[in-house]
Amino acid sequence: MNGLNPNAASQAAGALESGYNFAYLDEQTKRMIRRGLLKAVAVPGYQVPFGGREMPLPYGWGTGGMQLSAAILGADDVLKVIDQGADDTTNAVSIRRFFARTAGVATTTRTPEATVIQTRHRIPETPLHGEQILVFQVPIPEPLRFIEPSETETRTMHALGDYGVMHVKLYEDIATFGHIATSYAYPVTVDERYVMDPSPIPKFDNPKLHMSPALMLFGAGREKRLYAVPPFTEVVSLDFADHPFAVQRWEENCAFCGSHDSYLDELIVDDAGSKRFVCSDTDYCMQRREPFEPQQEVGQ
Amino acid sequence: MSAAELIHGAAVELDQPLFSVHDLTRLYGPEKGCQGVSFDLYPGEVLGIVGESGSGKSTLLSLLSGRCAPDRGQVSYRGKDGAMLDLYAASEAQRRTLLRTEWGFVEQNPRDGLRMGVSAGANIGERLMAQGVRHYGQLRAAGIDWLQQVEIDPMRIDDLPRTFSGGMQQRLQIARNLVSSPRLVFMDEPTGGLDVSVQARLLDLLRGLVRDLDLAVVIVTHDLAVARLLADRLMVMRRSHVVEAGLTDQILDDPQHPYSQLLVSSVLQP
Repeated sequence: MNGLNPNAASQAAGALESGYNFAYLDEQTKRMIRRGLLKAVAVPGYQVPFGGREMPLPYGWGTGGMQLSAAILGADDVLKVIDQGADDTTNAVSIRRFFARTAGVATTTRTPEATVIQTRHRIPETPLHGEQILVFQVPIPEPLRFIEPSETETRTMHALGDYGVMHVKLYEDIATFGHIATSYAYPVTVDERYVMDPSPIPKFDNPKLHMSPALMLFGAGREKRLYAVPPFTEVVSLDFADHPFAVQRWEENCAFCGSHDSYLDELIVDDAGSKRFVCSDTDYCMQRREPFEPQQEVGQ
Repeated sequence: MSAAELIHGAAVELDQPLFSVHDLTRLYGPEKGCQGVSFDLYPGEVLGIVGESGSGKSTLLSLLSGRCAPDRGQVSYRGKDGAMLDLYAASEAQRRTLLRTEWGFVEQNPRDGLRMGVSAGANIGERLMAQGVRHYGQLRAAGIDWLQQVEIDPMRIDDLPRTFSGGMQQRLQIARNLVSSPRLVFMDEPTGGLDVSVQARLLDLLRGLVRDLDLAVVIVTHDLAVARLLADRLMVMRRSHVVEAGLTDQILDDPQHPYSQLLVSSVLQP
C-alpha cells in the first residue's frame, strides 16, 4: 500500500505503444508549449496563455501538467508522478503508465532518480537538485480570482502590480479565525513582481519553492495557462508583519518511519475513531524505512 | 523659512485650484452625455452638480474621476507634491493610484462601492493594504476608528456588509473611502435610496467630515435640499450642457436660467 517497488512500477507501466507520436502530443503542439514555457521562465510567475489540447482524460485530472510534461520529456528522461504525495494512487499510476506507453520513457517512484516529476498537491520531501524539473497540475492559476471574477480586470491588476486585495483575504482569515487559516494554494510573490498561486500545494511546501535549484513549471489545462519559477528565484509567501507566515507542524511522528518534520496525513484506522499519522510523501517514507525493514515486506 | 513665508506658502496653496477642468466633452449622441464643461475646484470646496435624469451628471462624474475617457477636453489635478497631473495623459497605473489614495468615490448604491463578500473591517482596510500597510493591528485599529467616526457600532467590524442596513452600508462606504485621507471625493447621489431621517443623519455626518477633514467634494444629486446643505457652489446641467453655475444660495434663491427656475420651483414644500 505504502509505495511501489520501483521495478514493479516499471513493469506495470507497460510497453511502448505504436501509433502515437512521442509523448502523445504532435510536434507542433509541443513546440508551441515550449515557446510558452520559455516565456514563462523569462518572466517568473507570469501566466502565459497557451492553446491547450484535448487530452485523453478529463479536465481536473492533470491535463495541464501532462501537456507540459509531454512538451519537455526526452527519450532519456526518468519520470515520476505524484498525486497527493503518493506514487500509488489511481491518478499517479495512470499518468505514469500513459507516458511509459506513449513515450517509452523510464519511470520511477524514487525522487532522487527522477529527472521529470509531475505532481499534484505536493513537493517531494527529499530535496530536489538542479537536474530535475517539477511539473505542477494547476486547477485555478489566477490567485486574484476569488475576489475579482473578471479576467480583463485581473490581467490589468497583474500588469499594474495592484495586489492590495490579496491581503484582504488574509485579513479576513485573521478576523474570523485569529490566524491565517489559508492552508493550501497560499499566494506567493515571485521575484518581487508577480503574485502567483502555487497550485493547491499545502503552505507547508511553500518554503521549498524559495531558491529551489530545480525548475518548477505549472500547467493549468482547463484555464489554458502556464507559468514557471526558474531555479534560484526568490519566492515569498504573503503575510502581515504581526502575523508572519508559518507552516503547519504536527505533535505526532509518522507511524511508519517516525519522521517528525515531514507533512503528515491523518488516517482514521477503525470504527472507534483511532487515528494514525503517516507521511503524505510515500517515497520519502519508504526511503527512511528501507534501512530497517526487509525489502519483501514493502508493498504488501 | 520664516512664519510669514509659511503662511504665504499656505495661502498660495489655497489660491491654486486643486482640480481643474477644461472643455470636457463626451457625447453618446446629440445632446446625450456632457459637453463643454469647464470649472476649477479649490481645496476644501464642495461643488454640487444638479439636473434632471439623463442630463449628463453621472457621465460628467465618470469623466472627472478617470473612469471613462473624454472625447475632448482636459482634467488636471494638483497632487500632494504640488505638481499638476493631466489625468488623461497620465498612465493607467497613476490614475489607479490616485483613485485609491488621494481620491475617493462614493457610489449611489453601496453594493457597487463595497466588497459585499468580506467583513466591514476588511472593506475599510483594503485601501490601506493597497498602499502597503502590512500590520494587522494597525488595520484593525483604523477599522474600529473609522466605524466610530461614521457612527457604526465597532462591535460590528467582523460582520458582512450585507447584514447592515442601507444607511449603514452607505456610511461604511464613506468610511472605506476616507480611510486613506483623500483630498478629493466624488459622490454620486450618496443619499439616493435612503429614507428621509436616515438621509438627514447621513448629510449631517458628511457635512461634519467635509469640514473636519477639509475635503474637496464633487457631489452629484438631483435633490436640491442636499445641494443646499452641502455644496458651496452649484452647476445646473440640462441636456449635456451646464446652463448655470454659481454660488449655491445665489442659484437656489435667485435662479437666472429658465430651467434653473423650473427646477427650484418644482421642489415640493411639505
